[in-house]
Amino acid sequence: MKNEKLNQAYKAYVEARIPKTKPWPSLFNSFWVGGLICLLGQGINDLLLYVFPNMSQQSAWAWTLVALIFLASFLTAIGVYDKIGKFAGGGSIVPITGFSNSITSPAIEYKHEGIIYGTCVKMFTIAGPVIVTGIVSSVFVGIIYYIVGLI
Amino acid sequence: MEYLWVFLIGGAICMLGQILIITTKITSARILVLFVLIGVILQAFNIFDPISQFAQAGINVPIVGFGASLAKGAMSGVESRGLLGTLTGGLEATSAGIAAAVGFAFLFSLIFSSKTK
Amino acid sequence: MQTIELRNRPKIIGSYSIVGPKEGKGPFGKYFDYVMKDDRLGEKTYEQTECKMLELAITGAVQNAGLMINDINLLLAGDLLNQIISSSYAARAFNMPYLGLFGACSTMAESLAIGAILVNGKYFKNVACATGSHFSTAERQFRFPLELGCQRVPTSQWTVTGSGASIVSLDGDGPVISMVTFGKVIDLGINDINNMGAAMAPAAADTLSSHFEGTKTKPEDYDLILTGDLGKLGAEILVDLMEAKGFKLGKNYSDCGHSYFTRNQDTMCGGSGCGASATVLNSYVVKKMKQKIFKKVLFLPTGALMSTTANQQGETIPGVCHALVFEAEE
Repeated sequence: MKNEKLNQAYKAYVEARIPKTKPWPSLFNSFWVGGLICLLGQGINDLLLYVFPNMSQQSAWAWTLVALIFLASFLTAIGVYDKIGKFAGGGSIVPITGFSNSITSPAIEYKHEGIIYGTCVKMFTIAGPVIVTGIVSSVFVGIIYYIVGLI
Repeated sequence: MEYLWVFLIGGAICMLGQILIITTKITSARILVLFVLIGVILQAFNIFDPISQFAQAGINVPIVGFGASLAKGAMSGVESRGLLGTLTGGLEATSAGIAAAVGFAFLFSLIFSSKTK
Repeated sequence: MQTIELRNRPKIIGSYSIVGPKEGKGPFGKYFDYVMKDDRLGEKTYEQTECKMLELAITGAVQNAGLMINDINLLLAGDLLNQIISSSYAARAFNMPYLGLFGACSTMAESLAIGAILVNGKYFKNVACATGSHFSTAERQFRFPLELGCQRVPTSQWTVTGSGASIVSLDGDGPVISMVTFGKVIDLGINDINNMGAAMAPAAADTLSSHFEGTKTKPEDYDLILTGDLGKLGAEILVDLMEAKGFKLGKNYSDCGHSYFTRNQDTMCGGSGCGASATVLNSYVVKKMKQKIFKKVLFLPTGALMSTTANQQGETIPGVCHALVFEAEE
């Protein structure tokens, strides 16, 4: 039994009924947690350059990302990152640490289905689309760049 | 002063994600995809580097930086290896991040289990 | 006519409820028979825990009825997981005929209704009816990995870790199942899996109003009208929908999910899952009926009959609701 008109009316009624939460606290939390994670990255980067003056800017940056990824992965494993995520929302999803969390959390969650079909397959349930769209779009950009270069 | 910019810009980008979550009920996978694409586009139009100059980690730590690295890699790949570079460049530039994320996830999955919520 | 009257008066002669630690801290905490210390019960996976909880609930209910496992002639059970594995795997442990049911979170009503009819017809002497759910298994099947850092939306509900079982028989003491109303599948086009209450409320309203019309009763005729897991939002919607149909639900209306957790337990719209209605019925409701505090209870758990596959393909969420009338023994 499907009645489009009735459904539309019901949907509109439900929308109006949904409790509205105040957006400001969550926006503020995402702002300062996100900012802090970026600040942490900058700190690691500057420290590396200070301790190893011969390190190239590029390597220092790569090490910084690896450090952040490790930290997020570890916090996910010990069950802390989801609590940060609950508090900060976008503040801990958008940084690279959120990417790391999205790979580690299913890897741990599905370990009981075995290493191959559990951990390895499910690892990319959330991060897979990120990597795929990133690669496809970057290849596309590269091709455009190549064609522009030819002209 | 430099650190203030990092904090403000980084925080603002994350808050943009939160605004999307609140207004559109978007899931975290979609947020990550969207921000990677934003990074790719910023890099494609050469807008990313000028911002990165003063925002530094503020724009590189958010996943936007990951997208920009992919695009930047593909572009510099074209310069060094021609058409083949479009395929090799992007992953080359981001290999450390992807390998680290996958590697640590695998390692920790061997040791830890999901906790009681 | 959707309502059946059971003239031989089948009774719930035994009941048992087992819940997780978080559920034990909720308002119903003191009524549950067993509160687990952790949410694993020493099992390796959460699926095994859910299965184990069902086993314990069934065994507990049989003991509560003063019977032996061999006295049970039929087991009716179901749960939320794909291919209802928890129930079927739990049934391995018992040497009795088994029928697996799927009514999502309405399974407790479905199993009790079928059980009561079979007992009333004297086809079976003692029938065990059980269901259960586990937060961690439901979360991974329907939503995200546990450790993923994301926020819960305001309309979401918290799947209850818990399992409940009842023994239905003609001989013995306990609340009488006097009427059964089977519900239709209703879908008003809600497709948000984080808003189950809104998806199920129309089904509850449909079953409830046809029950009132079929039995010529009014909301005031019951000491308690208890829906399953509509949650805060769903319960509010049901009150509105019933008012539009000309029935005013008053103070005697309550929802298991809505009252399952306290406000500071951070569960947004409340509890959900098969376990919510099953554990409340088999602890709070049965105990209060034995004390004659409630004399006539209308129990109507709701179920959202969706799967993640159908939902990702853009399908909307169909809801179903079955009603049972319990009467305290005279």
